[in-house]
Amino acid sequence: MTIAKKAVVWGLFAAGGTLTSFVYPALIVLFLLTSMGMVPANLQFDQFYAFASSWVGKLCLFVVLFLSLWHAAHRLRVVVHDFGIRQDKLVARAVYTVASLGTVLTAFYLLTI
Amino acid sequence: MSRRPYVRPISKTTWFMRNGRYKIYVLRELTSFLVAFYSFYTICALAILASGSVEKWDSFITAQQCTGWAIFHAVALLYFLFFQTFPWFKLAPKAMPVQVGDKKLPDSYIIVGHYVAWIFISVFILWLAGAL
Amino acid sequence: MSTRNLELEVMRYDPEKDEAPYFQKYTVPCPEEWVILDALNYVRDELDTTLAFRWSCHMMVCGSCGMMVNGEPSLTCKTFIRDLPDKVRIEPLENFPIERDLIVVFDDVIQKLHKVQPYIMRKDAPPEDKEFTQTPAQLMKFKQLTMCINCMCCYAACPQYGLDNNFIGPAALALAHRYNLDNRDQGKSERLDILADYDGVWECSFVGACSEVCPKHVDPAAALQQMKVDGAVEYWKQKLGMTGEKK
Ligand code: SF4
Ligand code: SF4
Ligand code: FES
Repeated sequence: MTIAKKAVVWGLFAAGGTLTSFVYPALIVLFLLTSMGMVPANLQFDQFYAFASSWVGKLCLFVVLFLSLWHAAHRLRVVVHDFGIRQDKLVARAVYTVASLGTVLTAFYLLTI
Repeated sequence: MSRRPYVRPISKTTWFMRNGRYKIYVLRELTSFLVAFYSFYTICALAILASGSVEKWDSFITAQQCTGWAIFHAVALLYFLFFQTFPWFKLAPKAMPVQVGDKKLPDSYIIVGHYVAWIFISVFILWLAGAL
Repeated sequence: MSTRNLELEVMRYDPEKDEAPYFQKYTVPCPEEWVILDALNYVRDELDTTLAFRWSCHMMVCGSCGMMVNGEPSLTCKTFIRDLPDKVRIEPLENFPIERDLIVVFDDVIQKLHKVQPYIMRKDAPPEDKEFTQTPAQLMKFKQLTMCINCMCCYAACPQYGLDNNFIGPAALALAHRYNLDNRDQGKSERLDILADYDGVWECSFVGACSEVCPKHVDPAAALQQMKVDGAVEYWKQKLGMTGEKK
């Protein structure tokens, strides 16, 4: 017997859960303000582009999105299990593939900015 | 005397309807859809930003300005706070207990610490985005 | 001192006669300061001598009187009549096979308690002429976990155990954590290989139900989360060859 690989994704899940708990409420507020027509000043193209061009900006955006994606992926795997679909290996592969894809896309877009 | 233990059947798909505790748990787990949604939404925003076109960005921003989205975000915010952020803070001291000398640090200290940090971080993000 | 008529709906099952369990009703005049166990004893003494259930200490020590009281896993010697409505439904602990009436089969968990190696393991020989020392601070780290009386209420509350009983489950894992946290023990790494294997801690999704029903406030859910952290750390330690003995 050995420690299951789940240890790795659980680590990402826990880190991501902590991060989303702290960060997502503010993030959703930004979306809310935007949808109500009160677009925050630094979400205008030039300002946001400048932020995403800086290394600090890139790093922050990447870490937040990377961990959130893996948090969501792992929890979705459990949700599927809880709703009675017992295909854990398949489901795990599916959700983690999507999370990896999201991670790669994030890195790609950030690097092209 | 013959043994014939009886195994009660349980539903693999609707088990959580049996009590309130399980229902709240499932509601908590469903926040993962919100996290996935907002993550990919943000990635879309990055994609448009990366295209370098100001017009595309502006139309992306205007496309979101409708009551439907506003209601969605408002509901999502409340849902997220009550089923992810607050429960996560409440459970944090369980995963990471702190012992000082031969006494356990009361859970409430760790929880309050999380709330303080959360307010600080939220204000910082809103300030950074120019919303304050 | 007031007495109230309680309508007990008790699950019955006789393996020699019944295809499936059914409910039987008894009306019991209960003084408010009684516990459910007293009401069950009244039934057996005065109304129906065939009713089978386990108990021994009547004081929350032996852990044998766990049952579902109105759907909640409870020690019946700790569940007071004054806190209950007029109708009370009593069933054997959920997630376990029923042996007879309110008695369940615990074989599976007993096996799991053995499996987690709940004893002090040493890599070196124990000190010969002196005992292991332990300071109050070191004891505090796991003292709460030693309170477990193996009533198995936590297993009855745990949905993940109910759905898949390969999962080692709350009490056994909490017991293992008790030894992981003991400063005299050196077997944590070896134990984690079992605890953090596929059917171990990862099956727990932190519903927290086990801790809410535990009559001794052992808080198995907390122990499980801490073990997940340990498991994640140990995984990388083993991968990076930092444990010394394993590849
Ligand atoms: S952890 Fe609590 S509920 Fe579980 S067996 Fe021990 S005392 Fe009973
Ligand atoms: S916290 Fe884990 S062990 Fe406890 S009831 Fe929930 S799933 Fe079961
Ligand atoms: S009879 Fe011993 S714990 Fe209830």
